[in-house]
Amino acid sequence: MAAEGVTEKRLILRGVFAGAVAGLLAFAFARVFAEPQIQQAINYESARDSAQAVLDKAAGIATPAAGPDIFSRTIQADVGIGVGMVLFGVAMGALFAVAYAICLGRTGRLRPRSLALLVAAGGFLGFYLVPFLKYPANPPSIGHEGTIRARSGLYVLMVVCSLVFLLGAVWLGRRLSARLGNWNAALLAGAAFVLAIGVVMLILPPLGHLGYNRATFGAFATETPQPLRNAQGTIVFPGFPADVLFSFRLYSVGAQLILWSAIGLIFAPMADRLLTPARAVRSDGALVRA
Amino acid sequence: MSNISAPTPVTTPVVVSIPKAALWLVGASLLGLILYYFIGIDQGATSVFGSDMHIHEFVHDARHFLGFPCH
Repeated sequence: MAAEGVTEKRLILRGVFAGAVAGLLAFAFARVFAEPQIQQAINYESARDSAQAVLDKAAGIATPAAGPDIFSRTIQADVGIGVGMVLFGVAMGALFAVAYAICLGRTGRLRPRSLALLVAAGGFLGFYLVPFLKYPANPPSIGHEGTIRARSGLYVLMVVCSLVFLLGAVWLGRRLSARLGNWNAALLAGAAFVLAIGVVMLILPPLGHLGYNRATFGAFATETPQPLRNAQGTIVFPGFPADVLFSFRLYSVGAQLILWSAIGLIFAPMADRLLTPARAVRSDGALVRA
Repeated sequence: MSNISAPTPVTTPVVVSIPKAALWLVGASLLGLILYYFIGIDQGATSVFGSDMHIHEFVHDARHFLGFPCH
């Protein structure tokens, strides 16, 4: 076993490495599957803006100028998303390793490898999937400029609540397991998590109900663009394409699933080698398990 | 034990003492949180570098795809 004081350093470096590789895999997936959807969403946005400009002109309203493009679409779709995904992987790998180091030996009879997968599953749920259930990922052209502060705040609140409640559920499960056994304790802790996060989800507003959205667009549950109508009320441009939205969200879940699975699966054998004491290398190089 | 995969799993001992490992644990947490912030949130709701949009625009696609709110 590694000497005292070095283990955390080794665990964290391995977590960062696993995260970077996982981010690279998620990037490859994103480049192939997400980018076409993102491009379709941007095309929709441009076409919609043009249609809106024609309507505005007919109504005698000045069209607001579009913001400048700092980076070309090629840079954003080939390099920017790659750097973003890899650095996100590094960030999640570092936080994963911290959680792993703290859980080690404090969460019951788990082998190093099993614990790696469980912590990765917790990261997937807490950092992404549970917040996604309330505020799902949106492609470009969905999301109003005027609500970015409120939306960021709500999203971060969902992430913080998911993570804190997950930690609370682990703590509760540990406390109950002595009296109820692992199975019942885990079920109860899981139920408590669902209940607590469910209450938060019920209390937090749907994005369409934010004050700015109500006042500007009317009563809708989300910010997904509705069809454009002319002065007579006839639809002249369609709402956001449902298929693009579905594919984008499905691939978004897929990328996070790849990222967190890879973190867990890459980290697990490295942690196992680092932590399993009863292992020696024979003179001929073969591993022996005592 | 009803465990069919041979040796009985030994309880993993506490190998990382939190006070002793504090430097690495806090450092790694900070690194993770700072990266998370710059990839997901900066130059949107809040901005460290004023009204500059370079980070936001560069990681724009990743920000959308990773589930963060965007303009």
